[in-house]
Amino acid sequence: METHTYDTLVIGAGISGMQAALDLADKGYRVLVVERQASVGGTMVKLDKTFPTNDCAICIAAPKMVELARHPNITLMTNARVERVSGSVGNFEVAIWRQTTYVNPLTCKGCGDCARVCPVEVEDQFNAGLSKRKAVYLQFPQAVPAVYTIDYAHCVGCGACDRICEVGAISFLKRSQALTVNVGSMIVATGFEVLEPTELRREYGYGRFPNVLTALQYERIISASGPTDGKITRPSDGQTPTRVAWIQCVGSRSLKGGYPYCSKICCMYATKEALITLEHAPDTQATIFYMDLRAYGKDFQQYYRRAADHGVRYIRGRPASVEENPDQSLTITYEDTLTGEVHAEQFDMLVLSTAVVPSSDNRRLAQAAGIAVDAHGFFVSQDELLAPLQSTREGIFLAGGAQGPNDIPDSVAQACGAAGLAAIPISMRKRAAEPEPLPERDVSADESRAGVFVCGCGKNIAGYLDISAVATFAGTLPGVAFAETCTFACSEDAQRRIRTAVEEHGLNRVVVAACSPITHGPVFQQTISEVGLNPGLFEMANIRNQCSWVHSHANDHAPATAKAEGLVRMAVARADKLRSLPAQTVEVTPSCLVIGGGVAGMTAAVTLADMGITTYLVERESVLGGKLNTISTLAPSDTPAGEVREQLVRAVLQRPRIKVFLSAEVSEVEGYVGNFRVTLDEGVGGAITQLQVGTMIVATGYREADLRGRYGYGDDLRVITQLELERRLRDGTLGTPRSVVMVNCAGSMDAANPACCRIGCTISVKNARMLRRAAPEAAIFMLYQEMRVYGKGQEEYYTHMIEEVQPFRVRYDSARPPEVRARGRGLTVSVYDTLLREDLSIEADLIVLTAALQGDAQTPRLKQMLKVSTDAQDFYSEAHAKIRPLDFTTNGVYLCGADHYPRTIPDTIAQAAGAASRAAIPLLRGRVTVEPIVAEVDPAVCTGCGDCVPHCPYGAMGMDITHGVVSIAEVLCKGCGTCVAACPSGALQQRGFSDGQVLAMIEAAWPQ
Amino acid sequence: MEATFEPKILGMLCSWCAYAGADTAGVSRTQYPPNIRIVRVMCSGRIDPLFIARAFESGADGVLVAGCHSGDCHYISGNEYAKDRITSFGGMLDFFGIDQRRLKLAWVSASEGTRFAAVVAEMTEELRALGPLKLKVQ
Repeated sequence: METHTYDTLVIGAGISGMQAALDLADKGYRVLVVERQASVGGTMVKLDKTFPTNDCAICIAAPKMVELARHPNITLMTNARVERVSGSVGNFEVAIWRQTTYVNPLTCKGCGDCARVCPVEVEDQFNAGLSKRKAVYLQFPQAVPAVYTIDYAHCVGCGACDRICEVGAISFLKRSQALTVNVGSMIVATGFEVLEPTELRREYGYGRFPNVLTALQYERIISASGPTDGKITRPSDGQTPTRVAWIQCVGSRSLKGGYPYCSKICCMYATKEALITLEHAPDTQATIFYMDLRAYGKDFQQYYRRAADHGVRYIRGRPASVEENPDQSLTITYEDTLTGEVHAEQFDMLVLSTAVVPSSDNRRLAQAAGIAVDAHGFFVSQDELLAPLQSTREGIFLAGGAQGPNDIPDSVAQACGAAGLAAIPISMRKRAAEPEPLPERDVSADESRAGVFVCGCGKNIAGYLDISAVATFAGTLPGVAFAETCTFACSEDAQRRIRTAVEEHGLNRVVVAACSPITHGPVFQQTISEVGLNPGLFEMANIRNQCSWVHSHANDHAPATAKAEGLVRMAVARADKLRSLPAQTVEVTPSCLVIGGGVAGMTAAVTLADMGITTYLVERESVLGGKLNTISTLAPSDTPAGEVREQLVRAVLQRPRIKVFLSAEVSEVEGYVGNFRVTLDEGVGGAITQLQVGTMIVATGYREADLRGRYGYGDDLRVITQLELERRLRDGTLGTPRSVVMVNCAGSMDAANPACCRIGCTISVKNARMLRRAAPEAAIFMLYQEMRVYGKGQEEYYTHMIEEVQPFRVRYDSARPPEVRARGRGLTVSVYDTLLREDLSIEADLIVLTAALQGDAQTPRLKQMLKVSTDAQDFYSEAHAKIRPLDFTTNGVYLCGADHYPRTIPDTIAQAAGAASRAAIPLLRGRVTVEPIVAEVDPAVCTGCGDCVPHCPYGAMGMDITHGVVSIAEVLCKGCGTCVAACPSGALQQRGFSDGQVLAMIEAAWPQ
Repeated sequence: MEATFEPKILGMLCSWCAYAGADTAGVSRTQYPPNIRIVRVMCSGRIDPLFIARAFESGADGVLVAGCHSGDCHYISGNEYAKDRITSFGGMLDFFGIDQRRLKLAWVSASEGTRFAAVVAEMTEELRALGPLKLKVQ
C-alpha cells in the first residue's frame, strides 16, 4: 500500500478543524483534513445566526469552506475516519478508513438529478430530523465538496440514480478504501454533540410531545434555509406559536440529571433564538427559564439586556414538569425562585437547551490515537492550566468542542493556537513554495476577441432554456470571435476545449455562461491563465443559479432564454472593458514584535520563536510577568502564580530568537503589513531603538477600574480589590480577618457599565478558597448578581468550593446594589438578598471588591499608533467577533489575552498561541499578496478633497501632502470600492469594477 | 389580447450576501419572475448613484440595490454608506420625474434565497402596477 506524506493531519472539519487547517496551509505546510461527514462545516453551518452580533452563520462559514476545498496545500478527505496512530511526533503513521459513497467525486457535478429520481425518503439529520431527504443526497445546499452521497444504509439499490446521471458518476462497485499516511503532527477537532433528552430529563417530554424540541432543532426552524424556510411553526400542526418557552441546563449542571459541567453556550443561544423569534413575530411571548444567566463574554451581558428590553421574559427557576394538553400545547410547572411562587403556565412550543456532550466517536478515536478522554468523553489536555491545547500524547493537539463546550470565537482561537503548536514539530521541514506566476500574453493594445462558452450543465440549464440559441446569439455580439455550447463547462474536457479555442482563435477574453462566479469563477480563471491570459480577462454569466433554476417551473422556455441572452450580452459588454489585473506581492521582514510581557505576550513570543521566527518582546515594566507578579495562585489547579511566572520567563530567556526590551514602550509605528518600522523608547536616560518587523501582536492585558468613592473604596483601608487581596495572600500580609465580604460586579453589570467581566466570578471563587486557607475561622460572604462559572471545570470547581469553604452566598440585584458604611470600628454592608427576599446587614472587617475591568491605561495612545479601534472600556476590537477573534482589521496586527477581553489563564494561553500562529503566516510565506481588485487614484483628476478617506475601514487611504492628492496603500486595500463611489471628481477607480466596466453591463442589460 | 407589461429591473447586488442569496434561491429552486438582470459588485458601498441613473436611462423600469444586513458587511461598513447614499439619491428621483418606488434598497443574506425571490417578485408586481418608466429628458 502506498503511503502519502503530509505535514499535519487535522481530524474534523467544523469551524475549528477548518481554521486549524487553513492556518497551517497558509504557512506553506501540507495538511490532510479527515472528516467523518460528507461535507465540511460541522455544527456551525446548521445555525441560523450567531450571538452576540446576529451574524448569519453560513454567510461567514461558507467562504472558509470554499477556501478549504480550493487551498493548494490542503487535501480533503470526507466520509473518512482515523483507525490507528502509531509512531511518534514528527513521524506518525496514521491508518485511515475511507467509506465509499458510490459517487465519483471527480465527475459528480452536484446537479441533483439523482436525488430527484431517488424513491427513498429518509430523516434529514442536517435538519435535526425535522424534514426528509433522499437516500442519495447533498447534505445542505452550500455543501463542500458539492458532491452527492449515497446513504448505503437506506439505498434500495434500484439504480434510478445511476440511469439518470449524465456523467456516469455513480458506481455501486466503488469500494471503501484503507490507506496509511505519514504526518509530523496532528490536531483533533472533532466537535461536540447535543444531548437528546429521551432518557435523561425525560420529564420535559422530548420525543413524546411533538412540540418539544431541542435548541438545535429550533435553530433549523428559524434558519432561512431550514425545513420551514425560516417560518416559525409548530411541528404538530404547522401553526405559528404565540408562546414559546426555553428551558436551560437540560442535562447540564446536574450530577443526577446529566452532566456536572455548565454547557457554556446555552444562555446566549437561547437569548439569540428568543430575539430572532421576536424579530420574526413581534407579538410572540418568549420566555426563558434559567438557573443563572451566564452572559459572560464580550458584549454578552449587553446582548442579554437588549433581549430583556425587547420583551424576552427571563424566569429564574428550573421547571419541575411538562404536561401536554389536548390541543398539543404544553403546561409547564415551575417555581420562580425570585418570588417563591409556583405557577403552571401554558405554552405552544418548548425548546430545550440541552447539554453539550462529547462526540459519540471520541472514545473510539481516543483509543485509536492513543490520547486520553475524561469521564464524560471529552479529550483532556496534558496540563489544564498551562498546556490547554496539548493532548496527552506529544505532537497531538486539541481544538474546539472536542475538549468541552466552547463558543465559536473560543473554538477559532484554540484552532489557531493548535495550528501554531502543530507547526513547531514540523518547523524544520521544507514548506510549499508560493506558486510562480504563469507567463502572460500582453493583450492591452489588442481589439477584443472574446470566446463565449455556454454551458448546459447536463439538463440543469439546457433543460429549461435553449442554450444553442444563446450561443448563436452570443456569436452575433460585437467583439465576440468564437461561441459554442458545452455539456459541462467545468469538466476537464471542456476546460481543454476552452484552452484550445483561446490558442486556435487568438481569444483575448473568455466569457463562460454557466453557474455562479462565486463557486466556479476561480476554476475558469485558472484555466485561462494556463494559456497566457490574465485571470482579470475572464467574465461569467450566471445563467443557472440566477436563471434556469429559478425559472425551472415555467412551461415556456422563451423568457428564460431571453434572460440568458441578456445576461450574456451584459457579460460580453463588460468583457470588452476588462483589463489585466496585476498580481502584486510585497516582500516581508520575517520578524514579529510582541507588545506586553505578561502571560499572553510571553506565550506568543515563545510560540513564535519555536516556529523559527525572530521575535522582539517589549515590556513597559522592569520585569516580565505582568499580572503574575501580583496574583497569588491560579485556578483551576491552585498553582502559585510565581511558579508559572518563573517557568514562562525561563522559557523566554532560554530562546535566543527572542530579544526582550524591558522598561520600554512603543513610541512610534510606521508602515504596514510586512514592513512596520517601530520605535521603542526606554524613557529618560534609556535607549531609543528602531525595529523593522513584518507583523505585531498586541498583548497589553487589563486593569481594574478605579472605584474610589464607591463602596467606601479609597476611604477605608479595609476595603480592597481582588488584585490587592491577591497581593496580601501572596505576601502573607492578610492578617486574621473574622468576617470577609466579597462584592462581585463592583462597578459593572449596572446601568453605567453594563459589561460582565467574564472572570470575576471565577476569581472570587478561587480567592474564597485561598481566604479559607489563610483564615480558617473567618466568616466568608459572597455577594453576587449571577454566578458565572461557565464551561467545563469551572462549575465543578465552584461546587467543590462551596463544600470546602461553606460561604454565605447572597444574590443581589444591580437595582439595589450593596452599600458599605463604616460603623464604629467595623464596617457594615447592607444588601437586599433577592433569593431570601429580605434586607441583610453584614458586619465585616475586610471587604473585597471584584472590580470592573478595563483595557490597559495606555491603550488610547497605542491604538492611535496601530490604527486599530477599541470599545468604551478600552478593550481592543477584533476584526470579527466570531471568526476572526485574533486579527485586527488592520492587516499584520494581531491581539490576544485580556486586552481583547478578560479571560482565564488557559484561554489566554490558547489565544496567545493562536495570535502567534496568525502573525507567523505572512512571515513564513515571505511575502503578502495584494488584493488584485484594489482602488486606484488618478492624481491628475484628484482634487485632494479627502472625502473618500473616512470611507475606508482599513486605513488604506491617506493624503499625499506634497502633491495634494489622495494616496492608497494597495497592500491594505481589500477591494470593496466604497471609496470609489464616494469620490465626487471621478478620480478613483476600482480595478475589475471600474465605472466603465459596471456601466457597460448596465447599458447592455436590454437591447438598445 | 393586449400583452401584459413586463417591467425591466436592474439589480445591483453585493457579492458576499445578496448575490450569494440569489444563488441560494437557485439552489433551492425558488421561483421568481424573469424580469431582473443582475450586476455583481463586491460591496453595495461601490454602487454609485450614477449607476442607478444610467440604468433608468438605459431602459430599466426599476432598480434594486441589495447588500448585507446591517452589521453583516464583509467590508465592515460599506453597506451603511450604501444605505445613506442610495436613500438620499432616492429622495432626488422625483426631481427627475421618476417615482421613488422605482428604486428599492433591500438587505438579503447569503442564506435568504426565499427572501431574495420574494423581493424580486414583489418589486416586479409593484412596477407592473406603476407601468413603464417614461423619462422626460434623455
